[in-house]
Amino acid sequence: MGKRIGMEVAVAVAEAVGLCNIDMAAVYPITPQSHIAEHLSDLVADGHIDCEFVTVESEHSAMSAVIGASGAGARSYTATSSQGLMLMHELLPIASAMRLPIVMGIANRAVSGPLNILNDHSDIMPQRDAGWIALFVENAQEAVDLSIAAFKIAEHKDVMLPVSVNIDGFQLTHMVEPFEMPTQEEVNEFLPPFVPHATLHPSKPVTMGAFAMSDYFTEIMKAKDEAVKASKKVIQQVFDEWGEKFGRPYKLVETYKADDADVMMLTMGSMGETAQMAIDELRAKGVKAGLVKLRLWRPFPFEELKAVIGNAKKLIVTDRACSFGGPGGPVFSEIKSALYAEARRPLIYNYIIGLGGRDVQVKEFVGMFENVLADTANKAADTYEFWGVRE
Amino acid sequence: MNPTEIMVSDADEKDVDTSRVAPIENPVLSMLRQDRLPHIWCPGCGIGTVVNCFSRALMSSGHDMNNVAVVSGIGCTGRVAGYMNLDSFHTTHGRSIPFATGLRLANPGLKVVVFSGDGDLFAIGGNHFLHAARRNLDMLIVCVNNFTYGMTGGQVAPTTPLKSTQSTMPFGNFEPPMNLPFVADAAGASYVARWTVFHIRQLVRAMKEGMEHKGFSFIEIMSPCPTLYLRRNKLGDGVDQVRYFKEHSVLKNGANTQDVAITATDPIVVGTFVERERPTWLDSRNAQLTATLGDRFVPYGGQNVQK
Repeated sequence: MGKRIGMEVAVAVAEAVGLCNIDMAAVYPITPQSHIAEHLSDLVADGHIDCEFVTVESEHSAMSAVIGASGAGARSYTATSSQGLMLMHELLPIASAMRLPIVMGIANRAVSGPLNILNDHSDIMPQRDAGWIALFVENAQEAVDLSIAAFKIAEHKDVMLPVSVNIDGFQLTHMVEPFEMPTQEEVNEFLPPFVPHATLHPSKPVTMGAFAMSDYFTEIMKAKDEAVKASKKVIQQVFDEWGEKFGRPYKLVETYKADDADVMMLTMGSMGETAQMAIDELRAKGVKAGLVKLRLWRPFPFEELKAVIGNAKKLIVTDRACSFGGPGGPVFSEIKSALYAEARRPLIYNYIIGLGGRDVQVKEFVGMFENVLADTANKAADTYEFWGVRE
Repeated sequence: MNPTEIMVSDADEKDVDTSRVAPIENPVLSMLRQDRLPHIWCPGCGIGTVVNCFSRALMSSGHDMNNVAVVSGIGCTGRVAGYMNLDSFHTTHGRSIPFATGLRLANPGLKVVVFSGDGDLFAIGGNHFLHAARRNLDMLIVCVNNFTYGMTGGQVAPTTPLKSTQSTMPFGNFEPPMNLPFVADAAGASYVARWTVFHIRQLVRAMKEGMEHKGFSFIEIMSPCPTLYLRRNKLGDGVDQVRYFKEHSVLKNGANTQDVAITATDPIVVGTFVERERPTWLDSRNAQLTATLGDRFVPYGGQNVQK
């Protein structure tokens, strides 16, 4: 078993990726991701990992370089944040269409403007339809575990898709947290050497990213959709394997005191732990409150979500981004559409919280529950509200 | 008043009748957004000196300040746009020149100055620099070269000298750095100069020249980053670096830009390297379309329109 240690989470992520026998990393500096890149470059320079590390001239080049490397059959990693991810946007659907199992760490940060470097989810939300698997983590242990498991998911022959591991910027990346770091031997047993299934090959030449007009384009999009949907089964399988080996099982949708809950809250990322404390407070007051934590954003775990919502009467969806002029937060509209056809579904409330690094405390999560419980006429159901906004 | 009269040490302060001492205001304070101060730059950083020189250049230029705009990218130098008491754009990383292009062409009478760092202008935004120079767009590009990505923690930049240590080059940089004046010259810039933050008088003059020059003007300013470049390479503090600039700079106006690359051993060549007349983008466009369309074309901006 690995040792329990304390470490800055961004450094821990780099250490975890360093255990994965990666062949190539291309990274461009951006706050709050940069510590991942810096520590990876240390690991490469110190000879701990046999990997090419290239300090490219932009995130666009970083993603292009790992697409090239992955196309050559190399296990490839990159990391970014915010504007960097927005600059990569053009290439994300190409990586998934070419079925390249790239793993990317995203230190989630608000998107400009105004310029802000702190945490929310407005960088990952516009990448929703890129065909990438998107995982969210809540603490150092999950960041380490899923950064390793992501390679196994991505490279599975039934998946062959890029995976993003979303780690809240600063709130997670810059915290020193205790966690258990797997050993190199354990990771070697869990993650076999990369066997590429679809790459360039000198004796079997292929063209990647070739031209496809209306005669084939629709079929290729359908194939991609099927691939992303089918990956859900493998993701749970890999999580189960991880649980067996390391004793830390993961689910696509996690819950906390949700079994008999009347009123539930849904979170993604690091705020789940704060919300958990609010649930404890509410339970102590006799409120049957519960928590749902969405670990997998794409492919969306429809069945798993429905199963945990159970008979809850009210569901509070928290969003760390806004779809301006749209139905509210992007997670809210996703949950609403997921539950639309259900005969019995909870009233759904939406709070847009923690934008651009604004702190949301336990008492505020309690406040959200209290507001929703006080709405006995259900007037606020199906609407959204910017939590704590000064107007 | 002799400035020495008000220089008192902390120990003496309580014994001095300060009511008789007139407060001295920084002469460029009116050029700064004082509500944004204090600035974020580290002690010993050279960007403040560059801003001071730029303020003095503007103040003595006689330009209407309502007709000057500053455009910055991202990074330590990118902060300049927010501190100048002028209309300014703080753009995304690398895109200051495209923003400035739109600004300049939509309002051809405007003086547009791009203020950004080496990483912003030559790595993530390098492509834009080449094309703006090729087009000879009428703007001044002020590039503060501190050899590193300062804002994000000292990663290797396209200007980092060989063998220098950076957070992503722990055993020394092996990527050859760019020779910025040579790139600017080759791409078609019509005014190219390099100074350091030691050369404050020359810098003020160069900035005025660059603003008056018709066409694409580029000034590289070598500047210390004590926190992330000098410290990591054991090169002393900001003052040591400025002393180095003083002792190792050689003035060569009109130098061949191929010969001005920064190396660990050669002297730093400073001066005005390129000053040539070339039609600006607007002048070329007006000339071409007038030649083709005659009276049917109404010239826009450029030398034909005095604003």
